[in-house]
Amino acid sequence: MSLDLIQEARRQAEICNACRYCEGYCSVFPALHQERFFSDGNLTQLANLCHNCRGCYYACQYTAPHEFDLNLPKALAEVRRESWENHAWPAPVARVFQANGTLIAAACVLGFALLFLAMRAIGSAGGDGFYAALSHNAMVAIFAPAFLFPLVSLVLSLRRYWNTVGGEPVRLSHVTAAVGMVAKMKDLAAGHGDGCNFEEEDRFSQSRRYAHQLVMYGFLLCFAATSAGTALHYVFDLPAPYGIFSLPKLLGIPGGLMLAWGTAWMARLKLAADRDVGDPSAWGGEMGFVLLLFVVAVSGLALYVLGGTGMMPLLLALHLGAVLTFFLLTPFTKMAHGFYRLAALVRDAQRVQARGATAPTRAQQASARS
Amino acid sequence: MTSQYDIAVIGGGNAALCAAMTAAEAGARVLILETAPKAYRGGNSRHTRNFRCMHSGPLGPLVEDYSEEEYFADLLKVTGGKTDEHLARLAIQTSQECLPWMEAHGVRFQPSLSGTLSLARTNAFFMGGGKGLVNAYYRTAEGLGVDVIYEAHVTHLELKGDRVTRVEYTHDGQDHRIEPKAVIVASGGFQADTDWLTRAWGKPAKNFLIRGTPYNRGVVLADLLAQGVSQVGDPTQCHAVAIDGRAPKFDGGIVTRLDCVPFSIVVNKHAERFYDEGEDVWPKRYAIWGRLVANQPDQVGYVIIDAKSLELFMPSVFPPLKADTLEDLAVQMDLPPDKLRATVEDFNSACGDTSSFHPTELDGVATHGIAPPKTNWARPITEPPFYGYSLRTGVTFTYLGLKVDENAQCSTANGPIRNLWAAGETMAGSILGQGYLAGFGMTIGTVFGRIAGREASNHVA
Repeated sequence: MSLDLIQEARRQAEICNACRYCEGYCSVFPALHQERFFSDGNLTQLANLCHNCRGCYYACQYTAPHEFDLNLPKALAEVRRESWENHAWPAPVARVFQANGTLIAAACVLGFALLFLAMRAIGSAGGDGFYAALSHNAMVAIFAPAFLFPLVSLVLSLRRYWNTVGGEPVRLSHVTAAVGMVAKMKDLAAGHGDGCNFEEEDRFSQSRRYAHQLVMYGFLLCFAATSAGTALHYVFDLPAPYGIFSLPKLLGIPGGLMLAWGTAWMARLKLAADRDVGDPSAWGGEMGFVLLLFVVAVSGLALYVLGGTGMMPLLLALHLGAVLTFFLLTPFTKMAHGFYRLAALVRDAQRVQARGATAPTRAQQASARS
Repeated sequence: MTSQYDIAVIGGGNAALCAAMTAAEAGARVLILETAPKAYRGGNSRHTRNFRCMHSGPLGPLVEDYSEEEYFADLLKVTGGKTDEHLARLAIQTSQECLPWMEAHGVRFQPSLSGTLSLARTNAFFMGGGKGLVNAYYRTAEGLGVDVIYEAHVTHLELKGDRVTRVEYTHDGQDHRIEPKAVIVASGGFQADTDWLTRAWGKPAKNFLIRGTPYNRGVVLADLLAQGVSQVGDPTQCHAVAIDGRAPKFDGGIVTRLDCVPFSIVVNKHAERFYDEGEDVWPKRYAIWGRLVANQPDQVGYVIIDAKSLELFMPSVFPPLKADTLEDLAVQMDLPPDKLRATVEDFNSACGDTSSFHPTELDGVATHGIAPPKTNWARPITEPPFYGYSLRTGVTFTYLGLKVDENAQCSTANGPIRNLWAAGETMAGSILGQGYLAGFGMTIGTVFGRIAGREASNHVA
C-alpha cells in the first residue's frame, strides 16, 4: 500500500468516526464505526465497500475549504484502486491498465487485429454462419484460455484480498446477504432510497443506480446467452447460428441492448460528475473500460443485425476482438470491482452477523448526542 | 427605489430557509441574503443533527409518544424555569406538523439507530446531518423561485417609525440598497464576534473556541438593538461546553466533543483538580464543564486517563497524547510533573472498592477524604500508558436576541414593527433563557421560520 494514500484514508476515517452523522447512508459507516483504530486491512475493506455514491461528501460539514479537508469518497477510491492493483495477479498488469484508458483502447485494437489475422490465416475450415469466417475450433482455441486465465487470476486475487481484510470461512447466509445487496444495488440508493449524489452535486438521483443495473443485468444476460450457446453446442449438438426464438438470442438481444444503453448512460454520467470526488487519476481507465463494454455490446448487436451481409467478417473480428480484450483484462480493469465489491459485501455480512443482536456499545449510545 | 423582491430574508440557515420557502409558496418574491460563501452556507444548521418533535403515536422515524407535557417538562429541567411558556408551548405543539412538512421539502430522516431508544422517541435524526438538510432546503427554495445571494453582508436595516424601509448590504465590493416590503431576520447570534463576546463575558472569552460558523457575528442584531428594537436574553451569557482543546478556533462542530471526563481526573495548568469529574453522566455535565474550564487560569483544563479507560468513550477526532509515565505525560502537556504525580497519587489513595464500576450508569464508585471528591467512576489512575487531552471552552450559541411575539414579529418600546419578523437563533432567547435541550434549536428555527414566512407573505400579499 502506498503509505500516503492509506494514511490519508486513515486520517479521514478517524474524523468520520468522531462525527458519525453519515451512519445512515451506506454499508461503509456502520463498518467504520465499529473500529476504533484502523489497520490497513480495515481501510482496504472500507474502500471496497464504498460505491462512490458521494452522499457523505455533499452532506459533510468538513469538506474543503474547512481545514479538515474531508473527501472520503476520493480517499477511499484511491485506496480501492490501489488495492485492486496490489491484490491482482499478476499485479504489474493491473498497475498498467487500471488507470489507463488509452492502453485499454490499444489492447482492444490489438484484439481486433489478432482476430482479423486469425481469420485470414486459419479461415473457416468449411463452417457455416460465423464459423464460415473463423472455425469453431479456432474460436475455442482462442477463447478457452482467454476465459480460464482471468478466472484463475481472479481466484488468486480474491484470496489475497480475503487475507488482507481478515475474512472468515464463508457461509451461505453471508453470500445471500451480499448478493441481495448487489441485486438491488442498495449502496447506490442511500439509506433513504433516493439514490446517489453523482451527476449534479447534492441532488439525489437514481440515474447512476439504474445505469449500473442496466450494465450489470445486461452483462449477465449476455453471459447467460453465451453459456446457453455453449450448452446447445456441446450438450445438445446444436451449433450456431441460432434463430430469434432460441435461448442465446432471447437472452442476448435484450442483454446487448441493456448493456449498450447502460454503458452509454454511465459514460454520460461520468462526464457530468465532479472527477475530484472520486479517484481522478483512474478516470481514464474507468472510462476506457465503460467504452470497451459499450463496444462489446454494440458490435454484438451489429453482428446480429448485419450478420447476413458482407460486413459480417469485419464485425465478427471487431466483436470477438473486443470480447477477447474484455475477458483478458477483467482482473486488471474496473471490471474487477464487481468481484472485490462482492467479496467486501460478503465480509461485511460476516461482520453484521457476528455482531448480531449484541448490545449496542456505549460509543453508539453516546453518538446520538447532538 | 422599489425592490423587485417582496421579502428579504437575512441569513441562510434552517430558520431563514423555512421562512423563505413558506413565503415563496404563498406567492411572495423572496431574496435570501446569506453572508457566508456557498461552501459555508447554512449557519450553525450545518452542524446540527436532529429535530426534537412532539408526537402522539409513531411519526416518521420517531417511535411511541412524546407528549407536549413531557416535552415542556424536559425543557423546564434544562432551563431551570427560565422559559417563556407561551412561546415554548407554541414551538412544541407546532413541531408535530413540522416533521411531515420537512419531509415534503426534501429533508430525509434516518431510521432510529440501535441503542438510542430514548432519543429515537424524542429526536428525529437528519440523514447525513444538518448540511444534508440545508442542501435539500436550498434546492427546494430555488425550485420555488427564491433567489439567493451568497457573501451578501447586510450592514444596516433602516428603521423609520414602525417600518423597516431599507436593507443595505455589500456584495462583491459594492454597496447595495433594496427596499423590500418585508424583512425576516434569521442571521443567528453574535458568538463569532470575539470582541463582543469579550465585552460581554470578560477577557477569558478571548480563549474560547467557537464550535459553529464564523459568520454569526451579530451585525444585524447589533444594528437593530442600536435602533431600539426590543431585546431578550442575558447579554452576558452564552451556551458553552467543554471540548477538545486542539479544536480549530471556528467551525470544529460535533467532532471536537470529548466524552472521557467521567473516567478521568481533570486538572488545571497547576496540575490541581478543581471539580467532581464523576458528578453525572457526561451529556448532563458537558455544559457545566464549559464554564468550569472558562474559570480556570488560561481557560484550559487537562484530562488524564489511563489505559483501562481508553475505549470507554467515543473516539476523539485527534488522538490523545500518550506516555508511559505520568511525568512524561506532564512534560508533553506542559504541566508541572511532580505536582501532577502528587495529584494523581492523592486521588488514587482516595479511591476505594471499584468492583461495582459501571461505565454507563451512575455506579457510586466514589473517592473518600479528598476535595473535590469524585462521586462516580472513581478508579485509580495506575495502568500505563497514560493518556491526556486538553479541554477548552467551546461556545455553541449566545442568548441575547430579538424579542418576538407569537407571530415572530419584532417590536420597539412603541409597539410592533409592522414589517419585521425574526426566526431562529437570533430570537431563541425569547424562549430559552438558559441551558439547552438537544434538537430544540432546530425546532425553534423551523416553527418560527415558517411563522415568519407566513406572516411576512400575508403582509405583502
